[in-house]
Parts: sequence; C-alpha cells; structure tokens
Amino acid sequence: MRWINRRPGRLLGAGLAAIPFLLALLAYVVASDIRRAENPRDRLLPAPAALVESAGRLATEPDRRSGRILLWDDTAASLTRLGMGVGLAASLGLGLGLLIGLLPLARSGLSPFVATLAMIPPLAILPILFLTFGLGETAKVALIVIGVTPVIVRDIAQRVAEIPEELIVKAQTLGASTRTLALRVAAPLALPRLIQSVRLNLGAAWLFLIAAEAIASTEGLGYRIFLVRRYLAMDVILPYVAWIALLAVLLDLGLRALSARAFPWAETPR
Amino acid sequence: MTLVRIENLFHRYGARSVLERVNLEVEEGAFVAIVGASGCGKSTFLRLLLAQETPSEGTIAIDASPPAREPGPERGVVFQRYSVFPHLSVRANLIAAEEFSTGGLARFFGKRSREARARADRVLERIGLAALADAWPAQLSGGQQQRLAIAQALAARPRVLLLDEPFGALDPGTRLQMHAFLQEIRAEQPMTVFMVSHDLSEAFKLGDRVIVFDKVRHDPQYPDAYGATITYDLDARQARPHMETLDA
Repeated sequence: MRWINRRPGRLLGAGLAAIPFLLALLAYVVASDIRRAENPRDRLLPAPAALVESAGRLATEPDRRSGRILLWDDTAASLTRLGMGVGLAASLGLGLGLLIGLLPLARSGLSPFVATLAMIPPLAILPILFLTFGLGETAKVALIVIGVTPVIVRDIAQRVAEIPEELIVKAQTLGASTRTLALRVAAPLALPRLIQSVRLNLGAAWLFLIAAEAIASTEGLGYRIFLVRRYLAMDVILPYVAWIALLAVLLDLGLRALSARAFPWAETPR
Repeated sequence: MTLVRIENLFHRYGARSVLERVNLEVEEGAFVAIVGASGCGKSTFLRLLLAQETPSEGTIAIDASPPAREPGPERGVVFQRYSVFPHLSVRANLIAAEEFSTGGLARFFGKRSREARARADRVLERIGLAALADAWPAQLSGGQQQRLAIAQALAARPRVLLLDEPFGALDPGTRLQMHAFLQEIRAEQPMTVFMVSHDLSEAFKLGDRVIVFDKVRHDPQYPDAYGATITYDLDARQARPHMETLDA
C-alpha cells in the first residue's frame, strides 16, 4: 500500500501525536542531567522536578512584596491586552474587509493602502506608539491591532470577493440593498473565515504582546519573563513559556469549537 | 400584451463581438427557451436580461420601463449552481426572499416573522421540502436545491423569471421530475420565463417559444468580428416538425 494511503487509527494517531512531545521532554531531561552532573547548582536547565515545584509555587504563593499571586496577575493583564487587541483587530478587519470585498470604489481607495500598511514591520513602529500613546496599555493594544488588522482585512476582503457572483446577483434580484447584502449575505459568509483568520493570527498577536510587554510594562507574562531573565531564573521562565503555550492552544481550541458551534452550515461536508 | 421588448441589441467584450442585431418581443406569460451551441452568447443574453451587464448598444425594456442598470426584484433568477444561500436554512432561504427587500436590518421579528414563517412552511409543503425545513442547503440533493431556488425566486414575485441551465447539473431522472415541477408551478402561478438550455428536447418540452442563437456572418480571418443573433424563433407548441430544421 502506498504511504499516501496509509491512515492512522485513533490510537496510533494519538500515539504519533505524543511522540514529538515526549522526545522534546526526553531531550530536555537528558540535557539537564548532563549539565547538572557537571554542576549540581546549574541554573540554565533545572531538573524537571524543580520546574514542577517552581511552577506550583508561582501559581499558589503570593508575592512577598505585593501579597498577590503574580502568575495570575500577569495572566489577567496579558489576556486583557491580547483580547482587546485581537477583538479590535477582528472588528476592524471584518468591517474594512467587507467594504473592500464588496465595493469596487472602496477597493480602489483602500486596497493599495492596506497592502502597503501590511508591509511595514509592526515592531518598527513600536517606538512611535510608545511616543504617541505613552507607556500605558494603549500602546501595547495598538501594536497588536496594527500588526494583525491588515492581514485580517486582506483575508476577509478576499473571502468576500470569492463569494460566487451567482449569490450576489440572486440577493439583488430578491431586492437586497448594498447594506442588506453586506449584513445578510457577505458578513455571515465571511464570519467563519474571520474566526479562522483570528486563529492563524493569534501567534503574531502573542509575539507583538510579548514584545510590547518586554519593553515597557509593570506586569504581564512577557514582562515577567524578561524581568527574571536578569537573574537567569529559568525555573520561572520555562513554566511561564509552557503556560503561554497552553493558553494559546486553549484559545485556538476554543475558537475552533466556537466556529463549529456558530456556523454549522460551514462544517457540513459538501 | 408585450412584457419584454428587446431592440437592436449588440454586445461586445472589447473587440470581440458576442451578440448582434437581436430583436425580440415577448408576451406576458410566455415561456421562452433559448438554445444554441456553446459560446453562442445565450448566457451573455441572459446576463443582459438580468441587467447583470449593460448592452453595448440597444435596449431591453420590461413593462416599457427604462432599461435597468443593475439586477432588481422585477427579475428573478435561478442559476445552475450556487442558487441558494448556503448559510441559511431551507426555511430561512424562503423567508429571505421577503426580508431582503425590506431595508433596515432586512430581518423580520415578532408577528411578521411568524407570518412569514407560516407562508414559507406552506410553500415548503407545496414543493415537498417540509421535512427539510431546518436543514442546510448543503444537505439537500441537487434537485431539492433547485426546487428551493425556484420557490425562493418566485417568493419575491418577479415580473420575469430567468433560468440559466437550471437543470444542467441534475441526473436525467431528477431532471424529468423538475420539468414536471416547473410545469405544475407555472400552471398554478402564470409567469413569464426565459430559460437557457443546451438540451433541445427540454427546450421544446417546456418552452412555448424556442429561440436559437447562432452566427450568421463569418469572417474566416477574424472569427470574433461578428456576434450571434436569433436565427430561429419557433412556436414550440406545434414545433415538433421544426426539429428537422434544427438538426439540418
């Protein structure tokens, strides 16, 4: 049987999925063992047991100075920024994408501008954001919005432009105005793609969030990682990175479930 | 009474001529079947009827009103594919035919919604889709989708119904059922229909009139120079003998 036709069953699929994770874990354990055999007080690759203990401490013990559990404060701060940034970017992306996808006049006016905007590396304008919006929340949210919006706009505009001409004409023969077409045909057809687009862009959004937090912040997951880097505190950094990864995976799964629930028509195999 | 009047219609894409000197008058209530070889401009003709495109020259007037510049509710349409909205349930597709023309949010609420729902359910009962009212179009068979599409187009009460090879993607058995369905609907609710078809027997079976598009002028050096025009305009109610003319 050809390799392209061999498909894993449930069990084998789960096993195959687990292998890379286990290998990565094994590689860490071995590397950590080697380093600690040379120097038992090695700080770069702490023992797994030490990491677990440290993670437990981070999640339960309040900070001595503020009396608050930093991990949760950091998580709340970061997720708020991420949520606001991505939420704004998604709304702007849907609105502008609909305009560009539906209206030839808007496409002529906006499309080259958005395409150019998308070419600017967002991190290059981070200093501008800090200078204009100050070091507060606005600049960080703005970085996410600026970084993610152009991609979503183009994605949605393309999806709207891909709507079969037949459906657009049909809606017009049913008496739909441009607004009705946008509200009842184009927007609903574009929404599953919006969620997909947000899922794909969450990685970029996290990148911008961590970058902004690393440079100027007083709390947040990215802030903490870059803060404790000065003390070589890998026992804090690694649990934080794992926590970020877990949050990102959960967000992704959540969005996927939302899409399947909200748009069953898009899931039906045709 | 003449409902559709087409005068001296020409249509070109750049230097390529597609249609030329098309003149046609269609009575209210007539069923006009349009046939012709592939690429003879019959689909272009339908797009012009639909006002999806504006003719290079000439006019198409429905009810003596000024020529339309974009598709509107006086023209209903059923395409071969993508003829219903995939994101609306079967029932919602029918209700949309009433909602879309209302402006505002283009959505019914409360009493109006209940009434539209009841009307939609009566139509679904009539077209045999009552059991599938809450299904998504993707879950329907090709024939069921086209039945829904026809009912949806008619729910908006158009002056003319335009059918672009509506049964072209269906298997022969389903196609026969759809012919019967269309004839029944037409018997109940008289309407003016234009149907593009590549199937001659279908055209003669359903049509009152069969018009044939073909090129009459040829330029061997420049094949795009001349477009197609109406070469035959046959009364299909007594036109079986004409079949030989066409075959010849």
